[in-house]
Amino acid sequence: MTAPLDLPVAEMAARVADPRDGLRAADLVEASLRRIAALDGRLHAFLHVDAEGARRAAAELDARVARGEAVGPLAGVPLAVKDNLAVAGLPLTCASKALGGYVPPRDATVVARAKAAGAVVVGKTNLDEFAMGSSTENSAFGATRNPFDLGRVPGGSSGGSAAAVAAGLAPLALGSDTGGSIRQPAALCGIVGHKPTYGRVSRNGLVAFASSLDQVGPFARAADDAAILQRVIEGPDPLDATTRAFPPPAGRPRDLAGLRIGVVEELEVGASGDPEVAAAVTRTRAALVARGAALVPLSVPLMTAGIPVYYVVAPAECSSNLARFDGVRYGARVDAPELDALYARSRDAGFGPEVKRRIVLGTFALSAGYADAYYKRAMSVRGALREALAGAFARCDVLLSATSPIPAFRAGEKAGDPLAMYLCDVLTVTANLAGVPATSLPAGRTRAGLPVGVQLWGPDGSDLELLALAGTVRAATGLAYEAPALAGEVA
Amino acid sequence: MSAPAYRVIVGMEVHLQLKTRTKAFCACRAVYGDEPNVHLCPVCLGLPGALPTLNAEALRLGVRTGLALGCTVAARTKWDRKNYFYPDLPKGYQISQYDRPLCTDGALEIDADDGATKRVRIRRAHLEEDTGKSFHVTGTKHSRIDLNRCGTPLLEIVSEPDLASADEAARYLEELRKVVAYAGTSDGNMQEGNLRCEPNVNLVYPNGDRTPIVEVKNVNSVSNVARAIRFEVERQDLEYRAHGRTLANTPRSTRGFDDATGETVHQRTKESADDYRYFPEPDLPPLDVDRALVEAERATLPELPRARRTRYVAAYGLSAYDAGVLTADVRVATWYEQALVAGASPKGVANWLTGEVFARLNAENRGIEAVPFPPARLGELTALVEGKVVNAQAGKQVLRALWDSGEAPKDIVARLGLAQVSDPGAVRAACETAIAAEPAAAAAVRAGKPEAFGRLMGAAMKALKGKGDPAAVKATLTDLLR
Repeated sequence: MTAPLDLPVAEMAARVADPRDGLRAADLVEASLRRIAALDGRLHAFLHVDAEGARRAAAELDARVARGEAVGPLAGVPLAVKDNLAVAGLPLTCASKALGGYVPPRDATVVARAKAAGAVVVGKTNLDEFAMGSSTENSAFGATRNPFDLGRVPGGSSGGSAAAVAAGLAPLALGSDTGGSIRQPAALCGIVGHKPTYGRVSRNGLVAFASSLDQVGPFARAADDAAILQRVIEGPDPLDATTRAFPPPAGRPRDLAGLRIGVVEELEVGASGDPEVAAAVTRTRAALVARGAALVPLSVPLMTAGIPVYYVVAPAECSSNLARFDGVRYGARVDAPELDALYARSRDAGFGPEVKRRIVLGTFALSAGYADAYYKRAMSVRGALREALAGAFARCDVLLSATSPIPAFRAGEKAGDPLAMYLCDVLTVTANLAGVPATSLPAGRTRAGLPVGVQLWGPDGSDLELLALAGTVRAATGLAYEAPALAGEVA
Repeated sequence: MSAPAYRVIVGMEVHLQLKTRTKAFCACRAVYGDEPNVHLCPVCLGLPGALPTLNAEALRLGVRTGLALGCTVAARTKWDRKNYFYPDLPKGYQISQYDRPLCTDGALEIDADDGATKRVRIRRAHLEEDTGKSFHVTGTKHSRIDLNRCGTPLLEIVSEPDLASADEAARYLEELRKVVAYAGTSDGNMQEGNLRCEPNVNLVYPNGDRTPIVEVKNVNSVSNVARAIRFEVERQDLEYRAHGRTLANTPRSTRGFDDATGETVHQRTKESADDYRYFPEPDLPPLDVDRALVEAERATLPELPRARRTRYVAAYGLSAYDAGVLTADVRVATWYEQALVAGASPKGVANWLTGEVFARLNAENRGIEAVPFPPARLGELTALVEGKVVNAQAGKQVLRALWDSGEAPKDIVARLGLAQVSDPGAVRAACETAIAAEPAAAAAVRAGKPEAFGRLMGAAMKALKGKGDPAAVKATLTDLLR
C-alpha cells in the first residue's frame, strides 16, 4: 500500500480536507519528520527542521477541517523551502555565514501563499551559498548528497529541495532558478522542477542573487503535483513590481498529435556530454514522435553565447544585490577601527570563495571603462537572444532538450574547477536570460542507476501548458519518478 | 575700470525632497524631525528579499516640478542603481536615474547681476531615493545612523553652468525655492534639508585657461552658498596664479564648506573615488509616463512667481520691489489677490498689506496665515480710504478694530464714528479755531515761513477729532492765511 505521504498531492490534500477521511495533516507532518529524522543525517537536505512549528500548523489545520472550514488545495501537504526564501520566524541563512543568525520578520509571498493554501512548512533546505553553484557543495554548512548515490551531488543550487523531494522527505519543495538551479537538481535527482516565466511568480522574500533572472518555482515527484504548487504561488504581487498577470491556458491540454517539438542544434548534448543523457533525449523524442508529434530541426546560433552572457549579467547583479551584507545593520560583523576595514573584514569572513569570485567578477564587469565591453555588450546579446528564441517559438510549440549534459557527478569532482562547474548550466541559462518557462522531468536512468532529466521549453507565459505537457510526456514514455533505494528504509 | 581677470562659472546641483506622505519605494511615512529610526520597514531597511515599489505620488510631484521648470517630461523613463558603500545607505546602492532622467531641458529665469533677465538652463531633473543620516559624535568611538530619511523621494535638479557669480547662484536658489513652493511640490527648506545644493565652481581666464572644477558640499543656507562661492573664487584664482593648475591637467575635486570659518576644505579628489557602477535597476520595470498625468499637472500649475511679479508691475502698477515682496511667498501672493476688490486700487491694497499688515505680523513674528480676517476685508478698507470715506489715520484705527472683530470695515467706521469730515463749513470753522489758537504759527506762515504750517494742520485736525479730510484742511488753511 502506498504511504499517505507518497500519494499524489491532489489526493493527499483532498483526504486531509475531508473531515470524514481519517488522514490528518498531523499524520503527514509526522511521516515527513520521521523520514527526515531517519535519512537526513546522510543526505543533509535540510539546514533547519521546524518540527514544532510544523506540528502546530498541522494541528491548526486539522482543527479547521474538524470545524468544517474549507481549506486550500495544499491542505496538510508538507513543504520544504529553500533557505534563500523568507519564512517568518525561522532563520534565513542562504547557506552563508554572512547572515549570521538573521530571522526575517515576514514570509516571502510564495511562502505566505503556500501556507494560505494549507501547506505546512517542515523546514529550510540547503543550497549553494546565495544560490551560486550547481552542486550544493558551496554551502557554509556542509554539502547535500544525492539520494540515488550518496557519493554524488544532487545538483544545485536548490540541491536540498531536490534531494528532499527525491528521497520522499516532503512531497513538495520550493526552489529558485537563476541559471538552472531548479531544473538541473531536479534532473540529477529524478524529479520534476519548473522554472516559471520571469514575472509570473513573486520574488518578494527571495534573497536576490540576480534579480532579472531569479524565479521561484516548484519541485515535485510528478508534473501534476508541481502544477498545483505553481498555481498556488503564481500571480501578480503588489510587493514585486516585476510581476504581471498571464492569461489562463486556453482550452484543453495539448495533444501530442501534431505537436511541433523544436530540436535546437545548439542545445544537443555534444561530445563533452554524457552519451547516456543524449540517448535518453533521443528515446523521449522517439516516444513522442510515435504518438504523432513532429520534430522541427532548428538552429539558434546565439544559444552558444548563453554561458558567457550569463556569467557577466548574473555576477554584475549579484555584486550589487550582495552589497547590503556589510555587517552594519544585521548579519555577520567583524569589528575594525575604520569603516572600510569593517566592510572588508565582515565580508571576507561572511562570504565563501564562490560568492567572492562572483562579486569580484560582477564588480569588474560594471566598472567604469569595462562596463561597455562586458555588461552592456552582454545585455545587448541578451536582448538578441530573447528575440532569437521568440523566433524559434514561431516555428514550433515547445523545445525539448536535455536538462544537464551529464548525470550527477561525484562530490568534489568539480569543486576546484569553477569553469567546469559553470558549464553544468550550459543547457539551462538561456531560459533565464530570455525569461521563458522551462520544466525538467524524469527521462529514465543511466546504467549506473543515476537519474536523467529532459527539459521542455515554452514561450512566455506557457507555464501551465508546459506542466500539463510534462504529464502527457510521462504517460507517453512511461518514465516517471522512481524512489531511490534509500527511501525504502523508512515508512 | 580694467577688464575682469576671469569669469566665474557656477553650475548647481540641487537635491529637492518631494512633499509626499510616504517614501519613494515603500509605505513608510516621510517625515522630518521624529525620533530616529521609527519610520522603517523591510524595504527601506534593505532587508534581504525586500523589493521596491514606486510611490505614484513621488512620480507625480517629480513631473509637476519638472513642468514648473519648463522641462520636457520623458515618455519613457527608467531606474538605475548607483552603487557605493556607506552605513546610511542600507542596500549598498541608491535607486536613481542615470541615462533616462524623468525631466530634461528646462530653464529657470533669474535677475542677472546686470539687471537683465537671465535664463539658467536646466540640463536634467531625475528622481532618486534619499539616504539616511550619519552622526559622527566627536570624542566617541561610534557613529550614529538615523534611517528615517532613507527612501524619501528626491528630485535632483542639475543646471547648466550658466551662473556667473555668487549672487546669481543665490538668486537661482531663491527662485527655485519659490517655484517649488508655488507648484506645491516641496517645502524647499534648506535648514530642514529638504533643499540641498552643491555648487560646482570654476573660473575661466581671458587666455582660455579654466581652473579645475570644485564641487562644494555642506552648504545649508542661501547665504552660505554665496559665501562658499565667493571663497572658492578667490581661492581658485590664488591657486591658479600660484601653480597654474587648470581643468586640463587636474581632476575635479570635492570641498566641504565650514560655516564657522567661511572657508572650503578639501574632501576628496574625484578621479579615484567615483565609480558608481550604474546599471539598470532590475527590480523596477521601465516606466511609461502617462501623458494624461503630465497634461493634468501642466493644467493645474499655478502662475509662477516670476510671471506673477511681472504682471503685478505691468497690470497693477506696483513697484518691482513691492511686486517682489508680494510674490516671494505664494501664500502672500494668494492672499493679496484675494484682497483685490472693486473700488480698491491694487497699489493701494499692496501698500496696506506690505505696510500696516506686515508691520503687525512682523511685530508678532507670524506669517500671513495669522491674519484673523478674510483678505477681502483689507480691500474694503483700502476702498474706504481711497473713496475718502475715512482718512488714512482713521483707516489705521479701522484696521486695528478689524483685526479684533473681523467686522466689515464700513460697519466699523459707522460704529466708531470715523467717517471723514469734508464739509466745507466744518472744515473752515476748525481752521479758524486753529489759527486763533496758534497765532504765532499763523504769523510765521504769513511771513513766508512754511515750516510752521504743520503746527496749524495739527491743530485743525485736532479740532476735527482727527477725522478731517487732510486735503480739504490744507486747502482751507492755505486760503485763510493768504
